[in-house]
Amino acid sequence: MRFWVRPMDDAILTLSGVSRTFGDFTAVDDVSVQIREGSITGLIGPNGAGKSTLFNVVAGELSPTRGTVSLFGTDISRLPPDRRFAIGLGRTFQIPRPFARMSVLENVMLAPLEQTGETLLGAVFGRKRIREQEQTIRKRALEVLDFLTLRPVADQPAGKISGGQMKLLELARVLMGDPRLILLDEPAAGVNPALTEVLIEKIEELNRGGKTFLIIEHDMDFVMRHCDPVIAMAEGKVVFEGTSAQAQFNPILLDAYLGAPMDA
Amino acid sequence: MIGVVSYLVFFTTVAAILGIAVLGLNLQWGNTGLFNGGVVASFGAGAYGTLILGGAPQDGQLGGFSLFYPLALAGGMIAAGVLAWIVGKLTLRLRHDYLAIATFGVAVAFENVMRNATGLTGGAQGIRGFERPFRDMLGDGFTYNAVFLVFVLLILVAVYVFLERLTVSPFGRLLRAIREDETAARSLGKAPDRVRLISFVTGSVIIGLGGGLYGTFYAFVSPQDVLPILTFQIWAMLIVGGAGNTRGALAGAFLIWGAWTFSGWALSRFAPIEAQLYTGSIQFVLIGLVIVGMLLWRPQGLFPERLIVSQPGQNREKTQAEGFT
Repeated sequence: MRFWVRPMDDAILTLSGVSRTFGDFTAVDDVSVQIREGSITGLIGPNGAGKSTLFNVVAGELSPTRGTVSLFGTDISRLPPDRRFAIGLGRTFQIPRPFARMSVLENVMLAPLEQTGETLLGAVFGRKRIREQEQTIRKRALEVLDFLTLRPVADQPAGKISGGQMKLLELARVLMGDPRLILLDEPAAGVNPALTEVLIEKIEELNRGGKTFLIIEHDMDFVMRHCDPVIAMAEGKVVFEGTSAQAQFNPILLDAYLGAPMDA
Repeated sequence: MIGVVSYLVFFTTVAAILGIAVLGLNLQWGNTGLFNGGVVASFGAGAYGTLILGGAPQDGQLGGFSLFYPLALAGGMIAAGVLAWIVGKLTLRLRHDYLAIATFGVAVAFENVMRNATGLTGGAQGIRGFERPFRDMLGDGFTYNAVFLVFVLLILVAVYVFLERLTVSPFGRLLRAIREDETAARSLGKAPDRVRLISFVTGSVIIGLGGGLYGTFYAFVSPQDVLPILTFQIWAMLIVGGAGNTRGALAGAFLIWGAWTFSGWALSRFAPIEAQLYTGSIQFVLIGLVIVGMLLWRPQGLFPERLIVSQPGQNREKTQAEGFT
């Protein structure tokens, strides 16, 4: 059932009839949605609704059993995750995945593509070129760390910073690749409120700068205040698509997601 | 006195050769997290390759191409690299203990092939007919060994510098990232499978270089030189020294080789006559104890990996809680 359908010329991501099964279990069932460029789209749903599976299909960690995923109008259904990052799709993880025994700065400096020093021969023989590139990358990395308030921990091992800082670090790494679409998997989960505020502020600033976000979030308050439009899933299907205002009062959504009317 | 010096030269040569192999393993395990349980296959491929290519022709044998020595040594390295590439293509999808089991199996198979491919390897008798380069000039005595030691040390330094450059380069950073979290690295546009293969092959070529020098030094290699114990010795060197730390890996090589040699001497000197037959086995047990003990009480090794902010050249920074910079 669709409550909010309009043809989209400005779709950045299009899912057409995407399904993903694990054995007999259908985690994602015939999902067709579009994400509008420049939006902060919220993806909500109860545990087991298929949000994370859908996320992983979009990010390339899982391939769809059926259906196609198109990014910027190109079918990327079979593209591996590393190629997706290269064409402008960045993602973070529900449980942060820092490179624990590397410094925060090194974590961020890793991300840029096309580094001469990342090939065996380049690393040994292209030292002048590397030095120039590293200077640029380092400067940029420090700017990104400044932006995300991580500069004070730049030299800490990434495994030693707080969970909230790890979420910011993942965003920082992704930003180094300058992706047009960023997938955030529960950015507010387990993060202290002060850092959540920072994160929201930065997401909105980046969004004003033209970046599109697709955010899985359990925190309904977060979704209602900061995401628009909102997509809701239950039992592998999309059960609602619409503005956050529509979502607040949608009976099906309330029923599927909360099982009870929501406080205003 | 000359006896002591002569022995020290001998000891240092072997320790340095094993040190080269440890450096190769450190690239694989220390920097990339590849659990290579078949170190001895690369080592053996290097040794056999060098001796088959550089040796004189023998009756009834395929080998003995009398190649110019540097070409023979390079050929041994290439043999180790090609073997690693094939093994890597087949097994690098495996993780950790599974990769270790698979590569261990490859090494055992390698030993058996060397033992049975008599027409190429001389079988259980080992390879004959290899003459050490410059033997006619330097003879077989102390002079030769001293010059050879210098040669080995020069190669060791070259390998060390190569790997240190690699470690602090963006490539080293990439290896560490893949070691830490492959999924995250992939999500940032890196291709872990390709990078793991490059690291595995490069490490194996270095281990093969060690093997080639080992074969050259003894002018002989047989299946007895490619038994699994050598894999464990080299692993013990890396674990004791400190995985991920190039200097630590080298220190480990000298320490463990020293301990091995000393324990062999001490056992044969002090063990009761009736136990003499088993001293070799006791050494095996000791190596195992050292590995297990280190993993239990000091898994980071004597010289733990340093956290580095990768910058090429001099600009290496130790990572400390410095706060704002």
